Amino acid sequence: MSGPNDNYDPKQVEALSAGVIDGYVADAMTAIAQADSTDELKRARLAHGGDRSPLALANREIGALPHTARKDAGRRVGEARGRVNRAVAERQAVLAEAELSAALVAERVDMTLPVDIAPRGAVHPVTAIIDHMVDVFVALGYEVAEGPELEAEWYNFDVLNLPPDHPSRGEHDTLWIDPIEDAKLLRTQTSPVQAREMLTRDLPLYIISPGKVYRSDEYDATHLPVFHQLEGLVVDKGISMADLRGTLDHFAKAMFGDVATRMRPHFFPFTEPSAEVDLECFACHGESVGNPDRPCRTCRSEGWIEWGGCGVVNPRVLEACGIDSDVYSGFAFGMGIERTVMFRNGAPDIRDFVEGDIRFSRSLLGGAR
Amino acid sequence: MKLPISWLRELVTLPEDATTASIAERFTNAGLTVERIESVGSPVTGPLVVGRVLTYVDEPQKNGKLIRYVRVDVGEAHNDPATDEHPASRGIVCGAHNFEVDDLVVVALPGTILPGDFAIGARKTYGHTSDGMICSEVEIGLGDDHEGIMVLDRGAPGDDATQLLWADDDVLEIDVTPDLGHALSVRGLAREAAIAHGVSYTDRYRMSLPEPSQGGHPIELLTDRCSAFTALTIDGVDPHAPSPKHVTDRLQAAGVRAISLAVDVTNYVMLESGQPLHAYDAAKLDGPIRVRMAEQGETLTTLDGHVRKLDVDDMLITDDRGPIGLAGVMGGEDTEISESTSRIVLEAATFEASSVSRTFRRHGLFSEASKRFERHVDPAVSFAAAKRAAKLLTQYGGGEIVAETFVGEPHPVRRTVKLRAGLIPAILGATIPESESIRLLSAAGVGITALGDSLTLEVPTWRSDLVDPYDIIEEVGRTHGYENIGLRVPTAPAGGGLTPRQWARRDAVRAVAELGFTQTMALPFMSGEDLEKMRLPEDDRRRRAVRIANPLSDEQPYLRTSLLPGLFHVVAKNLSRSLTDLAIFEVGSGFFDTGKLAAPRPALSGRPSDDELRQLDEALPAQPEMMVGIVAGDWVADGWHGPAQPADWTHVVALAERAAAAVGLRLTRRQVDDVMPWHPGRTAELSVEGHVLGHVGELHPSVVEAFGLPAHACAVEFNLGDLLDRAPHEGRIDALGTFPLAKEDVALIVDNDVAAADVEAALVEGAGELLESIALFDVYEGEQAGEGKKSLAFALRLRADRTLTDAEAAEARQAAVDVAAERYGAVQRA
Repeated sequence: MSGPNDNYDPKQVEALSAGVIDGYVADAMTAIAQADSTDELKRARLAHGGDRSPLALANREIGALPHTARKDAGRRVGEARGRVNRAVAERQAVLAEAELSAALVAERVDMTLPVDIAPRGAVHPVTAIIDHMVDVFVALGYEVAEGPELEAEWYNFDVLNLPPDHPSRGEHDTLWIDPIEDAKLLRTQTSPVQAREMLTRDLPLYIISPGKVYRSDEYDATHLPVFHQLEGLVVDKGISMADLRGTLDHFAKAMFGDVATRMRPHFFPFTEPSAEVDLECFACHGESVGNPDRPCRTCRSEGWIEWGGCGVVNPRVLEACGIDSDVYSGFAFGMGIERTVMFRNGAPDIRDFVEGDIRFSRSLLGGAR
Repeated sequence: MKLPISWLRELVTLPEDATTASIAERFTNAGLTVERIESVGSPVTGPLVVGRVLTYVDEPQKNGKLIRYVRVDVGEAHNDPATDEHPASRGIVCGAHNFEVDDLVVVALPGTILPGDFAIGARKTYGHTSDGMICSEVEIGLGDDHEGIMVLDRGAPGDDATQLLWADDDVLEIDVTPDLGHALSVRGLAREAAIAHGVSYTDRYRMSLPEPSQGGHPIELLTDRCSAFTALTIDGVDPHAPSPKHVTDRLQAAGVRAISLAVDVTNYVMLESGQPLHAYDAAKLDGPIRVRMAEQGETLTTLDGHVRKLDVDDMLITDDRGPIGLAGVMGGEDTEISESTSRIVLEAATFEASSVSRTFRRHGLFSEASKRFERHVDPAVSFAAAKRAAKLLTQYGGGEIVAETFVGEPHPVRRTVKLRAGLIPAILGATIPESESIRLLSAAGVGITALGDSLTLEVPTWRSDLVDPYDIIEEVGRTHGYENIGLRVPTAPAGGGLTPRQWARRDAVRAVAELGFTQTMALPFMSGEDLEKMRLPEDDRRRRAVRIANPLSDEQPYLRTSLLPGLFHVVAKNLSRSLTDLAIFEVGSGFFDTGKLAAPRPALSGRPSDDELRQLDEALPAQPEMMVGIVAGDWVADGWHGPAQPADWTHVVALAERAAAAVGLRLTRRQVDDVMPWHPGRTAELSVEGHVLGHVGELHPSVVEAFGLPAHACAVEFNLGDLLDRAPHEGRIDALGTFPLAKEDVALIVDNDVAAADVEAALVEGAGELLESIALFDVYEGEQAGEGKKSLAFALRLRADRTLTDAEAAEARQAAVDVAAERYGAVQRA
């Protein structure tokens, strides 16, 4: 309720009249609308809404008014300042958005530029595929065994039931350490690792041993004197050829997809019965067999590709390792890693595995795909 | 072993529907892998016939040639009708003159296509129509005799000459494994084919050995390595009698060259029976044949004309003059049969397999005979084989057996194997009834006595491979068919996966690849020159290399003691292929000669003692697993993002540090100045927990030059195995500090030769447990640091489990500086 105002001076009230205030607002609105950058808007805000703006000055005058006029004037000025502030805010939003858009356009970069700036490394395909093979067998519960590359003759040959006169002991096949009488050699297979495990680990035994092996062999497009093998060994009660077939079939499918396998009788001193394991040719799936019109280079039109050797562990080997062959039996298998890479991934010249051209190692980008 | 199918079918009657391909498949499934099927036969197509020369006229030509116009009777079906001038025949112009009227010749009639795609047609020439061609051996692809046309000794006009001259046959090339020696013969393969097809088989060579008698040429066995010796004397053989065509055809198909009747027959019977034979000219033998061991210093000129120095381990055939043959390997020149030989001594002997094997390998004398002896020749077949050879020889060459000698063991032992019948299906993992096992073994020639579950097996003389019960199991499995065995995956006990060390290796290798290094795998051999080029001092451990007795190359007789030379050669290979920005690593064994202990060879009578196993390991040299890396060229190539960043020592240091970090370790680096092949001012020793692992730095310029490496190439080599051995297997994750970080920077002036790592270590020690991290952010050498000085600026980051006051932070900072000052004279930069 406003009280009586005896000193009412209409002239004083004039400066805060609706007309004057509206004029201030109109001026502000014009300036705000005309601002075309956030900087200009800031200036307009200071000029029309800041401490020294006409509206701010008008606001100060309110206190000097008669009581009866204060309420009206106060409401008017307040509303006017509110309108100006809102207009500033709205304009600010519009201008800021426009300026951000412009800035983003200006900040555009060519996102198709090559970014392969740091050197790209890769593990060797042999490393990659060994890791893959190991993981397949680890999933079956196997463990990985390792052993020395420079080995005693006893571990590489004697304990594995290789007769003393066997040709593979000759210098034509085996790299011997000088002097030969010291009975040391570069292992020709990873089987000595199997013997070491049979001699030291508790049964049952489910192991694989990947590693480097040496042969006094040719060095040409299909032969290396140093290459890698993966061998597997199981010694348990009741192990049979069926266990071997099933395991190799599982392994082949894990490595090559849905291919058939076959076991073909063969001979190895370490195993008896022995076999070679063949993979169904993944190039022709056997369709080149007896079909001269569709010869297959991958399998030489035989329909099968020789992958590795395998068999039931010869009881003589078990006995030489102190295992009772009346209670335990086992199977063993082995295959070349480089050959496996060649089957899976091409690599037409096996020498590329050891020559060190970095393009070869990078071919698979470090994966076992 | 090359097996002509016609020969196989002669020895065994196979089912009518058996084709070459199906026979091959059954062989392969039985472990006699057929590697190739080859068709042999005529390269000629079209009407190639036998003709009889009726008349001919020689007509001189203006060009100086003398051509012969011939009328040839080529059989009713092909002859032109008779005319007034000539009887039914064809007229052919021929350039050769080596034939007469009535000779039988080979005529290619129009329509014939000779080798080289040469089509024969009727053509007018020298005033006649030449209606075909009279052929030489060369022209029809039969041989290499081009001296005139072929004159035949058989056939009639109009006969198909193709059938007459060639035997169409398929030949299986079989990979015979070392255990199946009996399959190096047609008779052995015939038995295998019979088993594989379930048909009966009768052995042509099933004849007992006779009781010993010296009725013929005297034989003395002076070594027990020869268990039997048959010598048949055949007299009156026509030395010029040709070998029958089916013999030479089959020899050729089997890959054996035809030579003369006597030689061809011995080879033929060897291929058929598996028993090698040898024919001596009886007139050239001087006294009894003695089989004995060589004496020191003896020599022999073998059939191939080489003079062989003999070893006391060589078994010889000798007569009164001395050695006349390497037993089971090759005969000698002196007693060879010749074009005048009519009296022959035919040898069929049984020699010890391992002895022959050593001898032929020692002399590099691989022969069909030695191949068979090495894999055990049936000790019961020598007499039957000699008899069959003699029969063929006299059948085609005339003469007769005039005397027979047989010395040695007439009753070779048949091995006995005892086996529990149930073991066969148990080990094969297949349902095979006992009756089936017995049937298959009987077919293989095994004699069987069954008593309950116990089988007593009598092994035939030709199966030296059947020794143990498991050999019998394989025999049943092989003939039953592995394809009839089921598939089963055995259940392993729950495994632990990779060991922590195996995981650590994987992590280290992957981390280095992630850093940007590419893995290669060089051959692990090394030359003496590599060591020289690395400028290793005389007493360097890396000079103690293990030598290979029979290296692949004489230039690289050593196993590597460092992986660096191999890596240098890999760099050179890449440079030669214009690959110049290189960051390469390798992981592999090095080999250090740690003594000359011989490795023991414990007896195989059960598990060796722990002591023996220890001695085995102690005999082996140290074989640490090493990691090496090298960089050359640019680490980052010049590009749109900026200028090139040359590869330098920091990148190979990073390799080592990443590998260590990946396995949870931190490397310590210490400046060293005398480790080759590195630059004396740019080398650091790498260690972990006080154990030296290896070295890193820029390579010595002279090493760079010697190996042809790019200037400033940098390399690292360290013992990965030792690193893995020290890897912690349990990492720790602590509570994360959430209180504010206090940042204190400190710049210290020290002498130039003080290592930054040492100053950092001093700061770490001084700052104490409040220090969360420390980083060197500036190195300054210049006027403001002072002569011979440098300024090192470190950022210390401090945190505690409360908000640190300024005073606390300053106190820690001062404590850090104090230790650096005390230890290295460090002065805070103003």
